[in-house]
Amino acid sequence: MAFGVANQSLPGRGPTPGLRFALYAILAITLMFLDKRGGWMEQVRYAMDAATYPLQLAVSSPSTAWSWMRESMRTREALRIENEELRTKVRNLELRTMRYEALAQENAQLRGLRTAIPPVAEKWLVAEIVSQQPRVLINRGTNNGVHKAQAVLSDQGIIGQTTHVGPWSSEIILITDVEHAIPVQIERTGVRTIAVGTGNEGELALPYLPGNADVVTGDLLITSGLGGVFPQGYPVARITSVKRDAVQPLAQVRAEPLGRINRDREVMLVWFREGHPAAPVPDPSKDLAAGDANVKPQPTPPKPKPEAAAGAAEQDGSAAPASGTARPGTNAPRPAAAPTQTAPAAGPRQTVPVPTRPSGTDASGRSGGTQAAPATAAPSNTAPAQTPAQTPAQTPAQAPARPTTPAPSAEDRE
Amino acid sequence: MTREPRGWMVFTSIVALFLTVLPLPGWLEYLRPAFVVLVVLYFSITWPRAGGIGLGFFCGLALDALQGPVIGEHALVLSAVAFIAVWEHQRIRSKPAFQQSLIVFFALALYEFFLFVVDAWTGYPNTDARRWLHPLTGAMIWPIAIALLERGHSPR
Repeated sequence: MAFGVANQSLPGRGPTPGLRFALYAILAITLMFLDKRGGWMEQVRYAMDAATYPLQLAVSSPSTAWSWMRESMRTREALRIENEELRTKVRNLELRTMRYEALAQENAQLRGLRTAIPPVAEKWLVAEIVSQQPRVLINRGTNNGVHKAQAVLSDQGIIGQTTHVGPWSSEIILITDVEHAIPVQIERTGVRTIAVGTGNEGELALPYLPGNADVVTGDLLITSGLGGVFPQGYPVARITSVKRDAVQPLAQVRAEPLGRINRDREVMLVWFREGHPAAPVPDPSKDLAAGDANVKPQPTPPKPKPEAAAGAAEQDGSAAPASGTARPGTNAPRPAAAPTQTAPAAGPRQTVPVPTRPSGTDASGRSGGTQAAPATAAPSNTAPAQTPAQTPAQTPAQAPARPTTPAPSAEDRE
Repeated sequence: MTREPRGWMVFTSIVALFLTVLPLPGWLEYLRPAFVVLVVLYFSITWPRAGGIGLGFFCGLALDALQGPVIGEHALVLSAVAFIAVWEHQRIRSKPAFQQSLIVFFALALYEFFLFVVDAWTGYPNTDARRWLHPLTGAMIWPIAIALLERGHSPR
């Protein structure tokens, strides 16, 4: 017998168990409701993260100690081999970097810039994964400047973004999470779509590609820069299977993410230059939520004016009001500068990927070549497909809405 | 009548929380017993007046902070399980060890089922079949858990 036999009757002191349970249950349900609706619990979560972080650290200390032990017990031979490997790697990377400098310079010249644009990433911070189960937790928080919805990368590609940020730790949602969707672009063709997590690590789904979309196994997916979280042009995944069914309007496409979390315990948090053309379009959801009439799709693009050589400029001029009428003044000088330079350089492929900030102020900061961008900034501003990273639950509704955006999206599909 | 071992309750709960978040490799993750539930069950049955429901609530809050998708989920479910244990404590206490293990198995399964329901209700459905494994291991270590937990307080 495990327990002593005690003849103890319950009533007599304090509230009855039933009443206590009722009170606690009401409290718990209220908490759940507050947490679920409206996000009123951010402060509470922040405090709770801070309170439980010591426990998390204590828990992860055995594995940390173990890896430290193993590291300090390495033999000289093993270290020498690793050193050799690293040296080879560095040499290869240096060679590639040299080539990269030349390419960046050439690209800047093609765009009509005097100097190459600095890299989009402004600041890096290496973070360690403290725990993986059931949520991925890293050891950096607001004290290190981490903010909510910040991109998290490994050296292979995008891993996810931060969801809850505590003082010393933050929680990451992976791109393979069912709740997560990331706006991507097929590198080979420039077609933009959304990659949704499937729940199994190592698999992403692309549910919104039409059956006749130009996509083959092995295609590289890169971030498209929409959505306000991830910058443009970072590798995300590689297509592993494409199934086309004559009956289904949409193709069934699967992809394997390049950055895998179980492979490396170290990840990188990145801060981006805001004015950079490849930087994520900042928080467009505000415009939509405010119901700005100017951000809605336009019915038909205005007819081209008779002036010659204005082909590209027309697109530019007609699309610009959609993006910039909040500050009409800044858009005025654009069409004059654009035509001669951008029309050849920014061919159909060029117009697709470059999302700029819709404000137009940064474009005036850099002269010349980036004038091609406003034409594409318009779809990025109007298309509702860019919020999926923040509100993944709405993606099904958003993606079909994309093709209805006006003239610029017709350009996409060329 | 002896006093309730409050300090021991708090200490064992923290140890249980520690064991719950300890990272385990692969399959062991799914076989890990729900230590916190075992501790809450123990104190609810042995000391029905010591506030097992409150203990369940606050342990649940800690669990939510550590791993819950929604704050309040584990708190609700754990206090519900504690309530049932307090309600039935006399009947459970008088059973032999094997039957107690069986009851604990059902209590753990009920806990997991509540969690499953609340998960689905709050929009984070987790249909992994392996989540139903841990009641088995929990019921298996119940006799050991009792033996350990009894050491901390004077026999009643």
